[in-house]
Amino acid sequence: MHGFGTRAMAFELRSITKRVGAEVHVHETSLVLEEGSFNTLLGPTLAGKTSLMQLMAGIARPTSGEIWFRGENVTGVPVQKRNVSMVYQQFINYPNFSVYENIASPLRVAGLAKPEIDRRVREVAELLRLTPMLKRRPNELSGGQQQRTAIARALVKDSDMVLLDEPLANLDYKLREELRDELPRFFAGRNCIVVYATTEPTEALLFGGNTATLHAGRITQFGRTADIYRHPADLVSARVFSDPPINTAEVEKRGDEVLIGELRLPVGGAARGIPDGTYIIGIRPHHITPSKPNAEAAAIEGTVVIAELSGSESAVHFDLNGQTWVSQSPGIHPFEVGSIARLYVDMNHTLFFDLDDRRVEGGE
Amino acid sequence: MNKLTNQRAWWFVLPVVLLVAFNAIIPLMTVVNYSVQESFGENMFFWSGVRWFEEVLRSERFHSALWRQILFTGIILVIEVPLGLAIALAMPRKGPWVSVCLVLMALPLLIPWNVVGAMWNIMALPDIGLLGRGLNALGFTYNYTRQPFAAWFTVVLMDVWHWTSLVVLLCYAGLVSIPDAYYQAAKIDAARPWAVFRYIQLPKLKYVLTIAILLRFMDSFMIYTEVVVLTGGGPGNSTTFLSIDLVKTALGQFDLGPAAAMSLIYFLIILLFSWLFYTLMMRNEAR
Amino acid sequence: MMANIRLQDLRHSYVENPKSDADWALKRLTIDWADGGAYALLGPSGCGKTTLLNIISGLIRPTEGRILFDGRDVTDASPEERNIAQVFQFPVIYDTMTVHDNLAFPLRNRGVGAREVEERVREVAEMLELDTTLKERAAGLTADGKQKISLGRGLARSDVNVIMFDEPLTVIDPHLKWVLRSKLKELHQRTRRTMIYVTHDQTEALTFADQVVVMNEGEIVQTGTPIDLFERPQHTFVGHFIGSPGMNVLPCEVAGGRAIFAGLPVESANAAAYRGDGGRLELGVRPEFVSFAETGIPVDVMKVLDVGRHRIVETTQAGFVIKMLVPEDEPIPEGAAHVRFAEDRTRLYRNGWLVT
Repeated sequence: MHGFGTRAMAFELRSITKRVGAEVHVHETSLVLEEGSFNTLLGPTLAGKTSLMQLMAGIARPTSGEIWFRGENVTGVPVQKRNVSMVYQQFINYPNFSVYENIASPLRVAGLAKPEIDRRVREVAELLRLTPMLKRRPNELSGGQQQRTAIARALVKDSDMVLLDEPLANLDYKLREELRDELPRFFAGRNCIVVYATTEPTEALLFGGNTATLHAGRITQFGRTADIYRHPADLVSARVFSDPPINTAEVEKRGDEVLIGELRLPVGGAARGIPDGTYIIGIRPHHITPSKPNAEAAAIEGTVVIAELSGSESAVHFDLNGQTWVSQSPGIHPFEVGSIARLYVDMNHTLFFDLDDRRVEGGE
Repeated sequence: MNKLTNQRAWWFVLPVVLLVAFNAIIPLMTVVNYSVQESFGENMFFWSGVRWFEEVLRSERFHSALWRQILFTGIILVIEVPLGLAIALAMPRKGPWVSVCLVLMALPLLIPWNVVGAMWNIMALPDIGLLGRGLNALGFTYNYTRQPFAAWFTVVLMDVWHWTSLVVLLCYAGLVSIPDAYYQAAKIDAARPWAVFRYIQLPKLKYVLTIAILLRFMDSFMIYTEVVVLTGGGPGNSTTFLSIDLVKTALGQFDLGPAAAMSLIYFLIILLFSWLFYTLMMRNEAR
Repeated sequence: MMANIRLQDLRHSYVENPKSDADWALKRLTIDWADGGAYALLGPSGCGKTTLLNIISGLIRPTEGRILFDGRDVTDASPEERNIAQVFQFPVIYDTMTVHDNLAFPLRNRGVGAREVEERVREVAEMLELDTTLKERAAGLTADGKQKISLGRGLARSDVNVIMFDEPLTVIDPHLKWVLRSKLKELHQRTRRTMIYVTHDQTEALTFADQVVVMNEGEIVQTGTPIDLFERPQHTFVGHFIGSPGMNVLPCEVAGGRAIFAGLPVESANAAAYRGDGGRLELGVRPEFVSFAETGIPVDVMKVLDVGRHRIVETTQAGFVIKMLVPEDEPIPEGAAHVRFAEDRTRLYRNGWLVT
């Protein structure tokens, strides 16, 4: 077990790449993670999140580049020698051990004394609300409880880094919500670096902390979550950080308006300062709603292609000038497929991107 | 995923490597050595190149042993594989009888092979054996020590009794792993039992059947103990299969050279046939 | 061929001699499924929805109760006698057959003539966009292609009373799920067959179904349209389960026809209907309908989570957490503040059930 230093413990990836055969799984990447930070790796399936996490943990070796931790070069140090824990999407527990023994196993391997093991196991079990299940086997537990056991086992070791690879993906959505609410609490007050991989932007937003958006093996942007969300560096980052997908269109900006084909939309506040020209605009789905949000909102309509209801929100995909745009609004608003949807666009939050996909300042 | 290599793993493998070296590779090399030399006794060896190989491949005796072997293996496969599959299909998959059936099926496999041979030897005796006496009572003239056909019949029967269980257990394991949903879907589709077998069970058993056939092929091609104890290779030559012929040559006549050559040819034949079988059964997977 | 399906006094236990309530996987229920409707059975893992589905299809025989198709008792009938079709969690296809033969299989087994088989197979393949793959081996398709084949086998038959789906999108790639979701809805519109869809995912259930049956612990808690479930949950479980985050459930008392929470009177839609017969009393109000105000219930603002389209604000009062959804541009006070509950969206519940 490592002791704790007094200076901030930084974990650094320096120009890491990962190639398997002819395929590049991770393009040249550099990243600095601070001690005690919560970092989300956000990206679609096959974006490279798992590959990156395996490199961070020491399960896989980078093809080139270095990994540094607390001022030491740990590239090539295998995972058994590093102080890391991992939690997987499939609830991985030892099937013939009880919950208690599962949680205790890393401590037993480390050779700690029995009373110390007992104390730490019970402490973590209490945190994860597993105390009534300590004697049971994993196959007697529900999915959520099994995953809690896996998380407890990761936490009890007091690792320097905890990596979670889409740990909630196999749970019912309500359980997922509950566990997600509790997750920050498990890591509060610990010094470890948490890296959490997910495909859902909402999870990244809920956790706060830092987020790295990944796309096709590249980290397109890294920073404080709220900043990245509000000010994406480029169109790719904006797309990764959007579910349902962000609405885009190529437009001509002239003065106070943008033109999408024949459609004219007024430009909100700060965006008026952007020079005229051709741009790609990005409008988030929740800025298109069935009711008028404010006086400047523009009216648009389109034929409904898909209508979805999800509990407390409604989404409708509609056809606009040959493209499919999405609107997301609170409440239940059923739409008939094939009918014309009349919607309002709040233009105050439009993002502008130049033709190289880089964001232009002044949009927000 | 590119795993970091763990050098310590080699130490774990070392004892096995040594064991294999002593028990297999070194004796194999010795055989190869003998097969290319000629000896006139008293440890005098002369290089003879491919002479023994030519002699063996031209020998009448070798050819007849080979044909007998191929015939035997063919009959065995044709009987044991469908029979084993049929029994596996009939065995219950859930409930209290499962363990009973499994134990019954495992029993023949647990008996030492020479005991199997001895059992059938006595049981098939025409005067005091249950089988022999019974068959004769039914009107057949049955004496496996005198009649080649009866000898074959007994040998085949013994092998089927002894080894079908292996096929049964393998197929059973394969059947049990088919998820219920397939059977439910077949019910909903109003499929008849034959269609369920042909379209669900058989395709899903493909790998298991390949292994079963391969195992039975290799084992039956090398059969020795049970047959020797049962018939000694007789009457005459009628049940002298390849292994038995090989041992007779090597030990009976102390012709190490030809025996060694025959072993190698034998080994290569099995390798060739196994490879052919395997490729044939697996060719669909190449897609 | 269509049918009304009635489940009468159904109860089911997987245990030999059920003694306590917990031994019953399905508690006593009676429910009607109307002809041609699109239904969803929604509930968490272990609530009994798959059991119920398998009882309707005939794969399980219920411990008690009867199943009636158009008034005809089919409790003892096998699945093929009930003329149902089922799509399972993972694609079930006949590997060795082509897509065409897979779709034709149930028709041929029932002795349908070759020409009609061709017609129906072609029609279904076109509906499901499988027509280009008809000659291919079914085993070579992707997961969603295979699920479509499973679905197609049910659609191809003209004699099907009801098509049932058991969490059919489980193995589908997440960003392809919505394609299949909308396809299913479209298919229902087109074919007007009775369809029952089991899931734990509310998006799937609420998008597909006209009527959603919410289940919890072996009981049917509410049946209604997506709007009903959202605006008027009959049970606190429904309010909690539907929507993200779920409904706030706060213990309260009733005095003088009004609900009292933390010592303060709260206006609600139905407190006046309370008959004073005791029980566990709770107020239910969705986070969307709680807002900051000058006066009202005093709270402490504890946490603000920015989810982009809105903020989830956690406040506490008297040790209870009240969650609120605040739209993007509205200001959020810090520390101490007051909140109001929208009167028509605040409801009184007794022992979990809506007071009427």
